Amino acid sequence: MVEGGALGQVNRLREASGEIEWSEAALELTRHMSKTNIRLSDYFSTQLHTHRNYSLIIDQISVLIISSLLQCNFRRCFGSAATVIERNTSFSTLNSDDVSYFKELLGEKSVVEDEDVLLTANTDWMRKYKGSSKLLLQPKTTHEVSQILKYCNSRCLPVVPQGGNTGLVGGSVPVFDEVIINMGSMNNIISLDKVSGILVCEAGCILENLISFLDNHGFIMPLDLGAKGSCQIGGNVSTNAGGLRLVRYGSLHGTVLGLEAVLANGDVIDMLGTLRKDNTGYDLKHLFIGSEGSLGIVTKVSILTPPKLSSVNLAFLACEDYFSCQKLLVEAKRRLGDILSAFEFLDNQSMDLVLNHLEGARNPLPSSMHNFYVLIETTGSDESYDKEKLEAFLLSSMEGGLISDGVLAQDINQASSFWRIREGVPEALMKAGAVYKYDLSIPVEKMYDLVDEMRIRMGQTAKVIAYGHLGDSNLHLNISAPQYDDKILAQIEPYVYEWTSEHKGSISAEHGLGLMKANKIFYSKSPETVQVMGSIKKLLDPNGILNPYKVLPQSLSSYH
Amino acid sequence: MKIIVAIKRVVDYAVKIRVKPDKTGVETNNVKMSMNPFCEIALEEALKIREAGLASEVVAVSMGPLQCVDTLRTGLAMGADRGIHVEATTGLCPLNVAKIFKRLVELENPGLIFLGKQAIDDDCNQTGQMVAGLLRWPQATFASKVVLDKEKQVATVEREVDGGLETLSLDLPAVITTDLRLNQPRYATLPNIMKAKSKVIKKYTPQELDVDIRSDLEVVQVTEPPKRKAGVIVSSVDELIDKLQNEAHVI
Repeated sequence: MVEGGALGQVNRLREASGEIEWSEAALELTRHMSKTNIRLSDYFSTQLHTHRNYSLIIDQISVLIISSLLQCNFRRCFGSAATVIERNTSFSTLNSDDVSYFKELLGEKSVVEDEDVLLTANTDWMRKYKGSSKLLLQPKTTHEVSQILKYCNSRCLPVVPQGGNTGLVGGSVPVFDEVIINMGSMNNIISLDKVSGILVCEAGCILENLISFLDNHGFIMPLDLGAKGSCQIGGNVSTNAGGLRLVRYGSLHGTVLGLEAVLANGDVIDMLGTLRKDNTGYDLKHLFIGSEGSLGIVTKVSILTPPKLSSVNLAFLACEDYFSCQKLLVEAKRRLGDILSAFEFLDNQSMDLVLNHLEGARNPLPSSMHNFYVLIETTGSDESYDKEKLEAFLLSSMEGGLISDGVLAQDINQASSFWRIREGVPEALMKAGAVYKYDLSIPVEKMYDLVDEMRIRMGQTAKVIAYGHLGDSNLHLNISAPQYDDKILAQIEPYVYEWTSEHKGSISAEHGLGLMKANKIFYSKSPETVQVMGSIKKLLDPNGILNPYKVLPQSLSSYH
Repeated sequence: MKIIVAIKRVVDYAVKIRVKPDKTGVETNNVKMSMNPFCEIALEEALKIREAGLASEVVAVSMGPLQCVDTLRTGLAMGADRGIHVEATTGLCPLNVAKIFKRLVELENPGLIFLGKQAIDDDCNQTGQMVAGLLRWPQATFASKVVLDKEKQVATVEREVDGGLETLSLDLPAVITTDLRLNQPRYATLPNIMKAKSKVIKKYTPQELDVDIRSDLEVVQVTEPPKRKAGVIVSSVDELIDKLQNEAHVI
């Protein structure tokens, strides 16, 4: 096998002791690389020749080779990597002693072996990824999480932390038999400082519960997303969830003030600060925001919540071309900046899909079909001032030809039905059949070019549905087909990733990498950057037990 | 023919109602206010009739504080031709509203009056009936279908009653109150919001209309419904039976 040959050479390089042995091995590797069509970047070539710091270079090369090889394989299996990845042989297998240990530690009720419960916990929201875990644990305290991890680490038992299991990239379900650590029982709200609006709570709190708790005290969560009824704050933080209000309140890297996390060895890292400003040393909490549970399990969160403002207005607008949507965004930021709280868009294919597949969905602009729809939400403190301002902006945009038609919600019910259309697209996609989801950050002006190109590429075989957070340059590109088909996937990948990379975009704006895109990280991050990530992973989780096979390429985690 | 539609400004349907700490009423400070949903339906029906060529003008009427003008603007943006605001700073009970209405009818001479069957704030369900009574006009409440015959000056109204539909035939002028399933109100589009800005809202006070708004009703106290207790999970069938027998006393 050619691939094996290249990898063999990497191992030879790794073990080479003398200079002669090293250069022979390097030469051999270069030959193999050319056979497998993997090009060595100039950087690597130079480094290989000068032969300095070669262990780092070897790691980088092996990452490159393996990820390229895996990408070839992934294309053949509709993005479900489970069929390609092999279980890490250094992990041990769960036995009855382990189960008894956990029962003693957590009590019978918190150790779940029930098949029905496990089936749900093993399957992701889209039913695309399915693991075969035999055990689910429900810790109630940080101490319990710590004890679980300490034990698992000593036994080399892999674990997958799980919140509401609403992720879209297969990050929250086991790949093989990882022990599921369900955080749902850690759902206490610890404190709310009514002066500063700083909320401290446990990781298992459901987002919607936090929203309604805060509502009673005159605050809101700085993030809001479609899955709020199930998703948990720990999961939100671990995946750095974005959502609908990011344009106003910024990402969780800004709003999360502190965290408590448990490392693989059971150490509890208390970073649960409640300060807006704290420049003492490295700000480690950021490592746990968006690392998808691969560096530690988030157990508590301290988050800055903005005051609830009473005046919310929502407009549902039609634009005839993408350029108008873009221009409208620029204008809205300029003229509504102080009250703008969401700027979302969907194209007519998305609208069609929602109207056909969602019960009760009503087209707010039924008189004719438009090419694009935009939702603009404002949030402020003065009802009549805000409404007047928004109306004036909309009317002048209409006169200027940016908007071809539009409606303004007159009550909350109307506003909810407008939001239902935008938030209902993912649900409608699920009902329409198979869906390939891509969550991309692309500069706004280029964003829709990809959609047009994909439509030409897919032709009649599949529908291309585009919507997303225009205000954050975040495109949700969805390819909808009657059923999953390798030929369709081959039309999409790696083209979408390559296109995004070429246009300096990110292949994951807010969904994370999970299992789906772990090996695609190089499309958005340089090998050097990934190498540092690998070093951090090895430092914090040397046995690789935390959410294995995800986030980082397999090649990194399989070398010690 | 002219149609008058009553529209009431109420706490938004989707807002969680909070009782004022002194129990004198419902908190309305800093609370989102919107048009009563049944009034939206009443207005929609009037607009449909006008669009079908069976009426020449739709006049929206609202009574209450200054901010009722916002609600009237919504009505005008939906398509009403003009508005009337009767400004009253004190609370109006259904009989006050009906008396003011009677005076407005004498001034405007409509052929038909539409009201929502009730407002979602006080749930009185009285105003439409009182207006008809004071005017001695025929009334059809809880309308789920309205058909007008312009020639014969007759309205045929279907209303939902227990176990079926009742069909009434009314001579015009008449009072009709609207139920939920009559229609689906339209949204306020931007072009119509723009047009509404130049529409006229005429203002009256109850004094100008010569209506005494003293109330025969006194609100003694407003309280929240008792909070539902959290459920418990029973561990066995025996415990369930025991609780049903001895705590709930249902078996």
